[in-house]
Amino acid sequence: MPILFGVAPFGVIYGVVALQSGIPALAAMAMSSVVFAGSAQFLLAQLVGAGAPLLLTAGAVGLVNLRHALYSASVAPLLAHLPRRWKLLLAYLLTDEAYAAAIPHMMAVKPNTPQFAVAHWILFGSGCGLWAGWQLSTLAGVLIGTQLPPNLGLDFALPLTFIAIVVPMIDSRARLVAAIAAGTAAVTLAAMPFKVGLFLAALAGLIAGAAMPRSIK
Amino acid sequence: MSIWWLMLASGAITFSIRYSFIAAEGHFQPPGWFRRLLPFVPIAALTALTAPELLLVQGELILGGANPRLWAGLVAIIVAAVWRNTLLTIGCGFAALLVLQRF
Repeated sequence: MPILFGVAPFGVIYGVVALQSGIPALAAMAMSSVVFAGSAQFLLAQLVGAGAPLLLTAGAVGLVNLRHALYSASVAPLLAHLPRRWKLLLAYLLTDEAYAAAIPHMMAVKPNTPQFAVAHWILFGSGCGLWAGWQLSTLAGVLIGTQLPPNLGLDFALPLTFIAIVVPMIDSRARLVAAIAAGTAAVTLAAMPFKVGLFLAALAGLIAGAAMPRSIK
Repeated sequence: MSIWWLMLASGAITFSIRYSFIAAEGHFQPPGWFRRLLPFVPIAALTALTAPELLLVQGELILGGANPRLWAGLVAIIVAAVWRNTLLTIGCGFAALLVLQRF
């Protein structure tokens, strides 16, 4: 739930930025439902405002969202037993924040237990909460119009929530190494366009963590 | 008109990325090294998202007192490590940020 407070300011600012880029209010709202990806929507609004070609803009959106493939791989074994309509729905809801809020609880569920059969409801719940929060905050931004709201520092809730989720998960040296590698790489590669650095940094963390010899885990 | 096409294309690309591995599960046998990477996804991806928020100010690495978010973040990391409580972590992080911003 606290993650919603972190997401809301971004939704409001997205709504304002989209209008400033000349995107009609209705399209800006629809974007939040059709694309449903915070940082990609910001990029979209900027590129539309700059008059970038359609194909380049769509390609940039793909690059920004590459990291979601990692989330997809991460939850895939946990959703394997579900019918296709569930898989489609949960894939649509698979944002950074929904994944972050759900994955510690989902990974704690052991396979072949009664809880495993219902673990996907955790992701469904966090996904729906985030979805509603994103739509409402976008609406607020569109209604506010072209004036940016004052920065109350509420956006800091998002990194704080991620800290609250990640730090307790670091229970082995391999996981600590993964976090340090990913964090260092993300800061080093931050200047790369379209957030490609984020994706590469996450990969670096995965490889560093998995490369740690088992004996010192 | 083109904004709607752009929206559809972007939505389709985003959804395809998110659906990719979920759809492929059961249809192919991933190699063992691939499975060994997966437990690190939450930690690696979320740390990659968070570290630049704490260490960079408008793209510049700032480690001193001019970057209150870094110190507030460190307070939050310590609180999270000791008490493992989400609300307490966020509360202490915000409190630290408010205090640090006064100086």
